[in-house]
Amino acid sequence: MIELQNVAMSYGGRELLSEMTLRLMPGSFHFLTGPSGAGKTTFLKLCYAELSPSSGMLSLFDRDVRMMTRDDVAAMRQRIGVVHQDCQFLDHLSVAENIALPLSVSRRAADPRELRELLSWVGLRAQADALPPQLSGGERQRAALARAVMMSPDIILADEPTGNLDWEMSQRLLNLLIELNRMGKTVLIATHDLNLIRTAKSQVATRVLRIANRRLQLAGADL
Amino acid sequence: MRWLLDMLRSEGRGVDRVVPPTGFTARLTLLTAAAMAFLAVFALALSLATGRLADRWADALARSATIRISAPADQIEAQAAAVLAVLETTPGIESFRILDDAEMKALLDPWFGPDLPVESLPLPKLIEIVETVAGADAEGLRLRLATEAPGAVLDDHTRWRRPLVEAAGRLRTLGLVSLVLIGAATAGMITLAAQAALAANGQVIRVLRLVGARDQFIARAFVRRFTLRGLWGALGGTALGMMAVAVLPEADDAGGFLTGLGFTGAHWLWPLIIPPLAALVAYLATRAAALRMLKEVR
Repeated sequence: MIELQNVAMSYGGRELLSEMTLRLMPGSFHFLTGPSGAGKTTFLKLCYAELSPSSGMLSLFDRDVRMMTRDDVAAMRQRIGVVHQDCQFLDHLSVAENIALPLSVSRRAADPRELRELLSWVGLRAQADALPPQLSGGERQRAALARAVMMSPDIILADEPTGNLDWEMSQRLLNLLIELNRMGKTVLIATHDLNLIRTAKSQVATRVLRIANRRLQLAGADL
Repeated sequence: MRWLLDMLRSEGRGVDRVVPPTGFTARLTLLTAAAMAFLAVFALALSLATGRLADRWADALARSATIRISAPADQIEAQAAAVLAVLETTPGIESFRILDDAEMKALLDPWFGPDLPVESLPLPKLIEIVETVAGADAEGLRLRLATEAPGAVLDDHTRWRRPLVEAAGRLRTLGLVSLVLIGAATAGMITLAAQAALAANGQVIRVLRLVGARDQFIARAFVRRFTLRGLWGALGGTALGMMAVAVLPEADDAGGFLTGLGFTGAHWLWPLIIPPLAALVAYLATRAAALRMLKEVR
C-alpha cells in the first residue's frame, strides 16, 4: 500500500530523512516513534504525498508518486485518512459538515443515517451542529478521526493524535483506531507516547518503527 | 459560455459553502464591478454616439458640393449658364440650383450684418449640388468646368469633411479603447481581490487538499463566488449608467454634438452585454489567480 525504497528527504540543503525503506502491508498496525524533530511528521507527509522525496522511490497503492498528477494526488488522498495533532477544520462549517467534507469535495451527498452513526461512533452526536472552535481538544481529535474515515479509506495516518489529550481521552481515541484496524484498515500512528504504544500492543498486533539519526529502524522489545 | 453557466447553476451553491464569507473582498468586487460597468456604459454611449456622428457627417457631406463662379461681371452669367449645362450632362448629379440673393445674404449676415447691399457687390455665384448615392466623378467634373467655365471652382467639401469624420472616428476608437481599458482594470482589481481572498483562506485550501479536493473543485468555490459578485455588481452599475444616460438632454441643433451622447433605438440593447462580459472577466481573472495559487499547495 505504501512502499518506500531508499527514500531520502532534504529541505533547504539539509537532509531530514535518509535511506528510508519500508513496506506497509494492508491491515497492519504501525507506530512511528522518535524524539521531537526526528522527522515523524515529515515521514507522514511523504506517506500522503504532501511532500515528494528528494531521492529514492515512494509508491502509494502501487503508483510512483513522482508520476502522479495533482488530480491523482487528490484522488489518492480519498483513500488515505489523515488525523493531525492540530486538527484543521473549516471553522465556518458545523462539525457534521466538516466530517462530511471528503464526500462534499467528491460531489457526493452524505447519507444522514451513516453520518449520524459515525458521529455516534466517535461520541459527537450531540455536537453535530456545533462549530469546530466550540469543541474541546479531545472532541476535535475525534471529529478529525471521523472525517478521516468518512470515505472508508484503506489507510489511516495519525500524527500525534493524542498529543493534547488526557489519558482517558487518549485511550478512547486509541480504541477507535484499533477498531478501525480490526475492520481491515491499515493504521500508522506517529507518537512519542510510549504508554499509548504499550496499551495498543496489549490489544492488537503492532509493529513499532523508530526514526533515529534520520533513518528508520524497527524498534524491539524494549517497548 | 456553457461552462460558465454550468458553474453558476444552483448545484454550485454547495461548492462555495466551503469558502467562508469574506466581507472585504465581497464589497470590493461588487463595488469595482459596479463602478466599471457604470463607466463602461458611458464609454459605450460615447463610442456609439461618435459612430453615429461620423456616419451622419460623412453621409451628409459626401453627397453635397458647391461650385463657386468668380468672373468679371459681364461674363458671370454666361459662365453660370455653361456650368449648369455641364451639370445637366454629368452623371451622378441628383440636383443643383443657384443660390439666390436672399440665400447669399443669409450666408453673409453673420459677418457683415443685415444691411449689406448684396445687389451692389461683385459677389461670386454659388451653385449647390446634391449628388446621387453613387456620387459624381469630382476630378472629371473639374476638368470639364475648367474648359467650359474657367471661373468656376468645384468644392466637394473633402478638405474640411475629412478632418471632421476622422475626428469622430478617433473619438469612437477612444471609446472602444476605454472599454478595453475598463475591462482590463476590472480584471486587475478582481484578480487582486481574489488573491487577497485566496491568501486569507490558506488554511481552507490546505484542509480541502488534505481531504482529497481537486484543484478544479477548490478553484470553482472561489471562482463561482467572484463571478457572481462581478455579475451582480455589473448589473447594478449598468442599470445606474443606463438611467444616467437616459436623463441626458435630447439631441438638438442648439446643443449639437454634446446633447447627442445617449443611446438610440436598438443601441439601448448594447449595454446589456456589459454584465455578462464583466462576469466572464471575473471568471477568467479569478480562475487564473486560483489555479496559480493552488500550485503552491501540494
